Amino acid sequence: MSELKGTRDGYGEALLQLGSEDPRVAVVDADLFRSTRTADFAEAFPDRFFEIGIAEQDMVSTAVGLALGGMVPFANSFAVFLAGRTFDQTRQQVALPALGVKLAGSSAGITQGPDGATHQSVLDVALMRNLPNMCVVVPSDAEEARLATRAAAQRAGPVYLRLSRYETPVWREKGAPFEIGEVEVRRPGGDVTIAACGVILGRALEAAESLQSEGLSAEVLNVHTVKPLDVDAVIASCERTGAVVTVEEASTIGGLGSAVAEALAERASRRAALRRLGVADTFGESGSADELLEKHGLTAQNIAAVARELVARKS
Amino acid sequence: MPYPAVSVQELKKCAAEVRLQIVQAMGPGKFHHFGGSLSATDLLVALYHRQLRLRPSEPDWPERDRFVLSKGHAVPALYVCLARCGFFPKEELATLKTLGSNLQGHPDMRKTCGLEANTGSLGMGLSVANGMALAGRATGRGYRVYVLLGDGECQEGQVWEAAMTAAHYRLDTLTALVDRNELQAMGRTEERMSIEPLAEKWRAFGWETFGIDGHDMGQICEALDAAAEVKGQPAAIIARTVKGKGIPFMEGDPGFHNVVVTQEQFAEAVAALEATIASFGG
Repeated sequence: MSELKGTRDGYGEALLQLGSEDPRVAVVDADLFRSTRTADFAEAFPDRFFEIGIAEQDMVSTAVGLALGGMVPFANSFAVFLAGRTFDQTRQQVALPALGVKLAGSSAGITQGPDGATHQSVLDVALMRNLPNMCVVVPSDAEEARLATRAAAQRAGPVYLRLSRYETPVWREKGAPFEIGEVEVRRPGGDVTIAACGVILGRALEAAESLQSEGLSAEVLNVHTVKPLDVDAVIASCERTGAVVTVEEASTIGGLGSAVAEALAERASRRAALRRLGVADTFGESGSADELLEKHGLTAQNIAAVARELVARKS
Repeated sequence: MPYPAVSVQELKKCAAEVRLQIVQAMGPGKFHHFGGSLSATDLLVALYHRQLRLRPSEPDWPERDRFVLSKGHAVPALYVCLARCGFFPKEELATLKTLGSNLQGHPDMRKTCGLEANTGSLGMGLSVANGMALAGRATGRGYRVYVLLGDGECQEGQVWEAAMTAAHYRLDTLTALVDRNELQAMGRTEERMSIEPLAEKWRAFGWETFGIDGHDMGQICEALDAAAEVKGQPAAIIARTVKGKGIPFMEGDPGFHNVVVTQEQFAEAVAALEATIASFGG
């Protein structure tokens, strides 16, 4: 088993690489550079690292100015502040003009853990997904986060990267291709689709493994790009299996679960049973990441149980 | 010689013409931000017809000076200046705020040639100007950055976050102008939410400040030149202005923030502005 890392760690590594490859890459941060993993960039490229202090709105608008001045800025804070507090700046100045500002929402989701509801972004995916021109990427491990960060820098428009402090093994094989907007079939199967994004993907894979031992074949989709959603790939899998469980450690309202539900309702030529796992119209609370994931049904056991139910409902 | 040789007298006449063009573009019978567009007109004319180094035929020229209209609702005045500079045909001014127009109700940089940033939701422009100035420093470009804020806008917290940032990074390539017309949407600033002592606030935040009459073209030009000479800190020009300047029945009246004027009021406004233009002679 490889060492444990958060997706924020892969992000920090990528920033450092990008900094040496492209002099246009700049970083703004709001007094969280150790937590957001921009500290190495700050040390290596002090002329392109801008501490803005505890002022997230100023930080995002400053990043807008940097982009307009020809740079490729990455703006950093906890996801809960970046998506919430700076929503209006992002709406008016980043999304509307489709500027190449990259927003890195760190310590996202209920896996933020002990700091509780005020610091747990369960709405960030839903908020960002609602913005025209915005691309929303939720990497599942540190290596994917590294690739996603590089891809975000290459992409012309705005990107929201949802990053976690929750540490997992790196499941992704070194060198496996990564494309923003393309679903990755992580495990092929025919009885049920499990569509997951983010650090919860490992539990979806575990669930598929345990279903296999019961003779059920689950297809696991890594939907790292929640927007633009790879509708064709999602629909194709759901039409084949006839059942889909979405799994995310974010609000099921407006996030991946909603995106899949909308696509199914409007596009699928065959009915597919759907269940959305995630944070169901509630706020977070203090606790360890694992305790909170369990409380919200985001365990391999529960994912498998829900998948089993759906398969039973089909027949 | 950084600036084109243009006399104060020429700029004054230009401002009178710009005011008429603003009112003509707005017309009677529709909601428009008359007051704040007219209070900012002299400042914008001094910037666009004297101060800013621009290439309208090459709008993306990397070395160009930048201007951000943080009080985005005054954009009709900016549209007139941009059209006069040649960023787009003057005929487009008649399409202001209509469906399909490049001239949106608030600045949309993707629609209007010459606009540098999206503003409208208030309080964000100074931060953007800071980012532009930081980018200029990081990329070694010598451009200056200008930003115009409303006085009521200074009630937005982000303005002061950005004021701190500009001073922290010693952004001496940045000049902020405040259109101090003393009125905001619902009345007098000092009655709605007092912002005085305004100059002292900017000074306390680490800025060099200049107080001027924002309708005295000579003072505006001198202050812009003096601000550009400031080293090691950003400069703010607090320009005392009159909301609705140039149209007697609007001047200083809080009722002309975002309003519809009647056909009669429109005719009266046009007549007043034409008389001002005529006073400069042929």
